[in-house]
Amino acid sequence: MSESIFPATAFNVSLVGVGGQGILLTSDILALAAMNAGYDVKKSEIHGMSQRGGSVISQVRFGEKIYSPIIPDGASDVLVSFERLEALRWLHLAKPDAKVLVNNLNLAPITVSSGQQPPVADEQARLAARTGLLLLDAVSLAREAGNLRTANVALVGALATFTPIAKEHWQTALQTRVPSTFLAVNQKAFELGYRAMS
Amino acid sequence: MSEKRLLSANEAIAQAAYCADCRVAAAYPGTPSTEVMENIARFHGEINCEWSVNEKVAMEIAIGASLAGVRSLVAMKHVGLNVAMDPLMTFTHMGAVGGMVIINADDPGMHSSQNEQDNRSLAKFARCLLFEPSDSQEAFDMTVAAFELSEKFHVPAIVRTTTRTAHTSTVVDTGDCQRGAVEPIAYVKDPQRNVAIPAFARRMRFSVEKRMEALRELSEASAFNRAEPGEGDVGIVTSGVAYSYVKEVFPDIPVFKVGLCFPPPLEKIRAFAAPLQRLVVVEESDPVLAEQIRAAGIPALEPKTELRMMELNPSRLATLREELLGTTPPVAAPPQSGIPIRPPVLCAGCSHRGPFYILSKLKATVCGDIGCYTLGSAAPLSGMDTCVCMGASIGSAIGMRKAFGPDKRIAAVIGDSTFFHSGITGMLDAAYNKVPVAILVLDNRITAMTGHQENPGSGHTLLGEISTEVRVADLARACGIQHVREVEAYDLAVLEAAFKEALDCGEPAVVVVRGPCVLHAGYRGGAALTVDEDACTACGACFRLGCPAIIRGADKDGTGKRFKSHIDPQACIGCTLCAQVCRFNAISPLPE
Repeated sequence: MSESIFPATAFNVSLVGVGGQGILLTSDILALAAMNAGYDVKKSEIHGMSQRGGSVISQVRFGEKIYSPIIPDGASDVLVSFERLEALRWLHLAKPDAKVLVNNLNLAPITVSSGQQPPVADEQARLAARTGLLLLDAVSLAREAGNLRTANVALVGALATFTPIAKEHWQTALQTRVPSTFLAVNQKAFELGYRAMS
Repeated sequence: MSEKRLLSANEAIAQAAYCADCRVAAAYPGTPSTEVMENIARFHGEINCEWSVNEKVAMEIAIGASLAGVRSLVAMKHVGLNVAMDPLMTFTHMGAVGGMVIINADDPGMHSSQNEQDNRSLAKFARCLLFEPSDSQEAFDMTVAAFELSEKFHVPAIVRTTTRTAHTSTVVDTGDCQRGAVEPIAYVKDPQRNVAIPAFARRMRFSVEKRMEALRELSEASAFNRAEPGEGDVGIVTSGVAYSYVKEVFPDIPVFKVGLCFPPPLEKIRAFAAPLQRLVVVEESDPVLAEQIRAAGIPALEPKTELRMMELNPSRLATLREELLGTTPPVAAPPQSGIPIRPPVLCAGCSHRGPFYILSKLKATVCGDIGCYTLGSAAPLSGMDTCVCMGASIGSAIGMRKAFGPDKRIAAVIGDSTFFHSGITGMLDAAYNKVPVAILVLDNRITAMTGHQENPGSGHTLLGEISTEVRVADLARACGIQHVREVEAYDLAVLEAAFKEALDCGEPAVVVVRGPCVLHAGYRGGAALTVDEDACTACGACFRLGCPAIIRGADKDGTGKRFKSHIDPQACIGCTLCAQVCRFNAISPLPE
């Protein structure tokens, strides 16, 4: 009977990072793209205290019929991390054969920068040991697109290549969710992220 | 037009209120309920809506509107309902006229709350109707139904969400919006019905029990309460978001879904249980349904798997499945070890940082309160001794003074919105009873923690209209406080002098610390600061401010023990507190 637990019919994406990095916009775009593609979707996120520079997690599931909004540990098909330390913190969410897409950026938490806790000395090595790891310099791509604040959308572009959602649905979602004045630069960032993985 | 949209339960509830002809809505912000009112505000031309001063007032506004014959809504987080219970408990005696819906958001697992409480018990206590949606579609459908049934049965109806439903977006079909279909009910002055004095209230009390009989029949007939067939002789009764975990982990067994939760459909559940060998109730938080089911003589087993505290999730239910059916749960890799925590912090340049630094320095006993400034309790500021509930700082400081006697420095620290919510009465008590406590109001002119909602001190209403800007100092003087001072947040010497004076003056004192929220107002003190590495002695004084812009710099002597500081110029907004605490003049503004 064990095959009926945590059905493989759902496609699970966990998105993690630091408050203020644009994780919620990213998961919005993913959830909209999945809905545009005709899937049932659940997007679950925790805000509140996490807005003040804390660790943030958002989870998106899509498929024919989605029940639980929470992805079971170890069942994410893709883990997207906006920061390296957060990637390590949430690595256990990913399936053994998952894609682990990590923005190549380190933001020291206050516990480390103020000396209360030691940094992870072998951070790079631990990440490098992970199968399915894809390090992406999203900040450089955002700079190339013309606006540093589009780093999250560059990650969306990269994420798009690992999902069964056709590109047109992503583009529609982007149009729905991004203000028209910033649409062109975000479309460019999406394209750069998409091509970086192709 | 029928239309599929991706909505959170909070957004779906706002849409439902509009479609169900709600005309008056009031709320006090509180995670995870805040977005209900923010979304209702989009319909402000047709729904008269406001941020109320607190949940009790919001509840009373909804009650008044209902008694006037229109449909009304009030929204709050779980602890908000504690504040609003007084009017609710009597209103349930009188009963609604226009349909009245209470949106109550519980926070299992305490993502952003001071306690865990299951408010389904309060629905039972108050004898209200209670709906428990599992997703946004149900939040929409149940809110529409709650308005109708509240009006039909003259009973306030609670829609109980949780953090997980309130903040999960799911696909919602809002159907054809029927706005305009329901007219207000003509107002009739009826003291026997609407004046709760003993003679009338006794009669009301009997009508409550009669109403309960009708509600029990309603629950038995409701389509929100349904059995879903499955295989085997183990069945599960479940409700709310727990239903979604049950369907995920037990897709094969019979499930009874309770959507209209109070009063529960006990006869339907009895029929569901009859052919089963074992019945288990899976509900998030307290055994509210389980106890009622057992009290009705329906045997429900008590699983060994712990399901009572904190949020449920599929992994916890997989453990339950192992207990019930012997299925081996999937094994996930353990989390990485040695990952430093990343707690939320006061922002770089936050106007609350200076006050906590000074309070630590003055070794005051600090009774704190609810808001962003509760983050001042964390190391390295460590500026708080207690934090109970909204407004409790002042009352508990008074109690501490009475317990400790005169020789201790005792401060109450409270933000502006919390002060207006329920700090004023505590202050009045200190003035009236002449209790020497220092009441420090950290006034950033906004309700910051929940995402910048307007309040009586901000000068604007929910809809952004200009309003009276209440001054805390004026209120303090009006309440009879003689020692009232107003200071700016960013001069540590001024703060220290004002706090010392207030703590040591031997009478009730109020100090208003003024400084706008840096996130909201886009405040900049000036140029970003920088550290002169040659002048820095690695003394660590600036690190004790707990500012996220101050990061560890060079190792002073190569021993890995003492580090010079470095300031992130992107994060620094130039508040200069670090320059003020540096005794070696090592920190100065970057040239513009």
